[in-house]
Amino acid sequence: MNDLNDISLSEIIKLVKSKKISSVELANHFINNIKKGKKLNSFITTCFDQTIKDSKNFDKKQNFDGLLPGIPIAVKDLFCTKNIKTTAGSKILENFVPTYESTVTNNLWEEGAILLGKLNCDEFAMGSSNETSFFGNVINPLENNFVPGGSSGGSATALAASLTPATIGTDTGGSIRQPASFTGTVGLKPTYGLCSRWGIVAFASSLDQAGPMTKNVEDCALMLEAISGYDKKDSTSINRKKENYSKNLKRTIKGIKIGIPKEYRVDNMPKEIDQLWKNGIDILKKSGAKIIDISLPHTKYALPTYYIVAPAEASSNLARYDGIKYGYRSKKGNNLIEMYEHTRAEGFGDEVKRRVLIGTYVLSSGYYDAYYLKAQKVRKLIKGDFDNSFREVDAILTPSTPSSAFKIGEKANDPISMYLNDIFTVPVNLAGLPAISIPAGKDHKGHPLGLQLITKALDEQKILNIAFAMEKEIDFKQSLNRWWE
Amino acid sequence: MKDKFDYFIKTEKGKWEVIIGLEVHAQVTSKSKLFSSSSTKFGEKPNTQVSLVDSAFPGMLPVINKFCIEQAIKTGLGLNAKINLRSIFDRKNYFYADLPAGYQISQYKNPIVGEGSVTLDMPYGTKKVGIERLHLEQDAGKSIHDLSPDNTFVDLNRSGVALMEIVSKPDLRSPDEVNSYVKKLRTIMRYLGTCDGNMQEGSLRADVNVSVRKEGEKNFGTRCEIKNVNSIKFMEMAIESEAKRQVELLESGKKIVQETRLFDTKKNETRSMRSKEEAHDYRYFPDPDLLPLEIEQGYVDDLKNKLPELPDKKKERFINKFKLTPYEANVLISENNISEYFEEVIKTADIKLAKNWIIVELFAVLNDKNLDIKDSPVSSKNLANLINFISSGEISGKIAKKVFELMVQSGDEPSKIIKDKGLQQQSNPKELEKIIKNVLKKNLDEVTQYKAGKEKLYGFFVGEVMKASSGKANPKLVNDILKKELKK
Amino acid sequence: MPIDKNQVKKVAKLSRISLDDSKLESLSKDLVSILNFVEELNKLDTNEIKPLTSVIDKSLDTRDDTVSDGQIKDQILKNSPEKNEDFFIVPKVVD
Ligand SMILES: [Mg+2]
Ligand SMILES: [Zn+2]
Repeated sequence: MNDLNDISLSEIIKLVKSKKISSVELANHFINNIKKGKKLNSFITTCFDQTIKDSKNFDKKQNFDGLLPGIPIAVKDLFCTKNIKTTAGSKILENFVPTYESTVTNNLWEEGAILLGKLNCDEFAMGSSNETSFFGNVINPLENNFVPGGSSGGSATALAASLTPATIGTDTGGSIRQPASFTGTVGLKPTYGLCSRWGIVAFASSLDQAGPMTKNVEDCALMLEAISGYDKKDSTSINRKKENYSKNLKRTIKGIKIGIPKEYRVDNMPKEIDQLWKNGIDILKKSGAKIIDISLPHTKYALPTYYIVAPAEASSNLARYDGIKYGYRSKKGNNLIEMYEHTRAEGFGDEVKRRVLIGTYVLSSGYYDAYYLKAQKVRKLIKGDFDNSFREVDAILTPSTPSSAFKIGEKANDPISMYLNDIFTVPVNLAGLPAISIPAGKDHKGHPLGLQLITKALDEQKILNIAFAMEKEIDFKQSLNRWWE
Repeated sequence: MKDKFDYFIKTEKGKWEVIIGLEVHAQVTSKSKLFSSSSTKFGEKPNTQVSLVDSAFPGMLPVINKFCIEQAIKTGLGLNAKINLRSIFDRKNYFYADLPAGYQISQYKNPIVGEGSVTLDMPYGTKKVGIERLHLEQDAGKSIHDLSPDNTFVDLNRSGVALMEIVSKPDLRSPDEVNSYVKKLRTIMRYLGTCDGNMQEGSLRADVNVSVRKEGEKNFGTRCEIKNVNSIKFMEMAIESEAKRQVELLESGKKIVQETRLFDTKKNETRSMRSKEEAHDYRYFPDPDLLPLEIEQGYVDDLKNKLPELPDKKKERFINKFKLTPYEANVLISENNISEYFEEVIKTADIKLAKNWIIVELFAVLNDKNLDIKDSPVSSKNLANLINFISSGEISGKIAKKVFELMVQSGDEPSKIIKDKGLQQQSNPKELEKIIKNVLKKNLDEVTQYKAGKEKLYGFFVGEVMKASSGKANPKLVNDILKKELKK
Repeated sequence: MPIDKNQVKKVAKLSRISLDDSKLESLSKDLVSILNFVEELNKLDTNEIKPLTSVIDKSLDTRDDTVSDGQIKDQILKNSPEKNEDFFIVPKVVD
């Protein structure tokens, strides 16, 4: 059954529905891959006994009504899963076992999917290389010693290495799209409010969104359809009818207006990225799209804005990890305050500490107006840029990242150079818009590179349709020699 | 009672005015919490009224209780305040054992209710106290320090219960005014049904801000905040002792440090909460899990139209329509249940008798038995009947008191008691004539003296007749017959 | 220099994270470079701009006042580091 590694989720579903393969056989295949993929370190927790039990159950019932009938799927360890350890990549949640299931993962199980395990990620999703996880670095299956990107690095690696047929991640500043770009996979960050945040360990509440990571656009549409939808338990969830993204998927480009923002042509951008972008534009042109030069004048302020807003929210969101109710508690300290200080010093890694401290600082008295309030004003300008553009164009095309995957440790000692990785992805989160990254080419090392499509809020169908058409023209191929096995 | 304001801290060196502002925390009357669906019930087993949201588990999100919003708006309307159609929920960040999220959801720059006012009836006239704002926020849990020497125990049953924080302007000037203000707030909220005002259960607490200044001085002095005082008596005591402390400091040339203090009820003094104060910086910012709360003017108008008659209006009506004195009106409107009882009684009974019977006789019984008027053993209908027996002359006031006593004991209707105990007034002229004649016969000496001009003895004859009739004789008939008989 | 070591100490205290001297040194350096990086925003005049409150165009949803949660003490206490049947237990609070 080795060819299961080369086919898409949609094709696997066809095999299951036509009873060419059972759910148990599928589960065993991926369990086997996971066992052989230990070197990649993409899993924090597996639950194989439960996986087999659930897939046997599925095979007994033979109910193919769901979108994901009997499909084993691993998810980022930021989604709370009932009775399965959920760590957010942090020591402070090392032994935390939720008694509840996140809405998004619950939606997956409702559609017939079965949990394979929990995927490694940057601690509390704070990172762009999966080097901040308490559970160790994740390796890019493309080449040993290279990062898969982050924070959904475990998800990207597991998907690219076929340890799971599809997966979900979360994206606060690029955490789905950047690792997708680094691993030659498809990743979509939906409109803020399209997928419920209930039961997802929060990083920055006004930016966090769950989204699918898949091998192709068709799978992406399917997964998005499965996980999205209104949830009354999330006050920021958008109340609207569920869309059939997969059924309505069409290759439509003709007559569509695509904006090319000049501000994304940043200094020192590698030639390869520039070339990739040009190729993308050419493909769109050839397919009948209208290319329009646009300006998003406040783009250069997006990253500084993000590095005020996200840490501010995080500093508050992470206050609940105090050693009292769940998670790690330090044995040191003679009173409550000392217990807090040691618990959080020992429980959080360096990047989390950096961001909590920055966040605390920018909210503290005397600095609030200069930093946090200022950032929320600039955020308004950034959103305004997009609103203006979408009066003119249907979608915007940019590179997903300013480089391909880098070496482990290469940027670990310089937070700013790490942060610059998200320069193209962050503006979208600040504006609450949907964006997809699709693999679009390779650099000189043979490492994949992605292109990003952005639309106005709730235009996911349009994004998927354009990406679907581009995907066909680009015809990106990636075959891995499974060196890690 | 003084008819002139006179509350100053007087020392050899001068006369100090005391400036007081209150932050009252009133628990919203609601079944479930402000941002979760667990119960607000008081006195349940520890940690049983707690949801995953109240205990801040990872990924949990707040969803606001519609009824609590309505209660806050109604209270705002009751305080003659501006209702803000757009308000924002903020996070107030600090670490504490009974604050599971590490922040309290509150409202900071954009509260749901803006400026308003409350009118107090002081012996020296009415006084308007400004309301700065009212906002909604979550209560914290409870830390229990006395169960173990090494540990603090935490119960989150209260965590997330909705509170209205009502902030007054620094308009109060004495413990008496504070007493009157808190009671007035409580009356208004009870009328509205928005807070039960039960201070024993912690439904009403206040942070008291106190400062002093020399009489005549225009600027305010540095204030101290006395946290979480949970009875009116303690508020009065705390203000008195804190004001004295500040005056002593200032008169000895020292400065007041703006700080948070605690009132020690046993020592009757306030003390600094230094350790808690250290490095306090709440880092308020809009809660990104919640969107701005937008309400429509039509909704507010609707609530306004449905508002019950509030204490001030009711008082005015009682004075004008029922000719009550301001004192009587105040007593009868002090609680909705009382005014309802009163209005029920006077539907069929005489107003003058009714107000006296309620204020004197009924209140004595309720006080004695520590009962709320809605649990009164004498129903409004029965009291009205009793009063009507008096008005119609069927029983005397004196007998009525006896009947009332029996009504309290049994809860029975007055007609039944009067009949069973044979307490009807003796109004048969022939029977009375017989009794009177008998009395006169037994007291011939006094009759002679009376006829000789000692008219004072008239009262004696009346008394003897009443005694002979066990108090049941109709006084008017007794008078008529006695005079006739004595002329013979 | 947007932040010095003393300020970092203060912020760490507020954040309830204990820092030993070597951590303080390296973190201070990082915080300075991050704050310098975000200084970029000061080039922008935002006096006339209202801050963004939400990226989505809707008002706050509400729920009815019904009791449908709680009574899950075991679930609430199950993960607590210091086991007790009824309470969360923490080191003594000193006031
Ligand atoms: Mg206060
Ligand atoms: Zn308060």
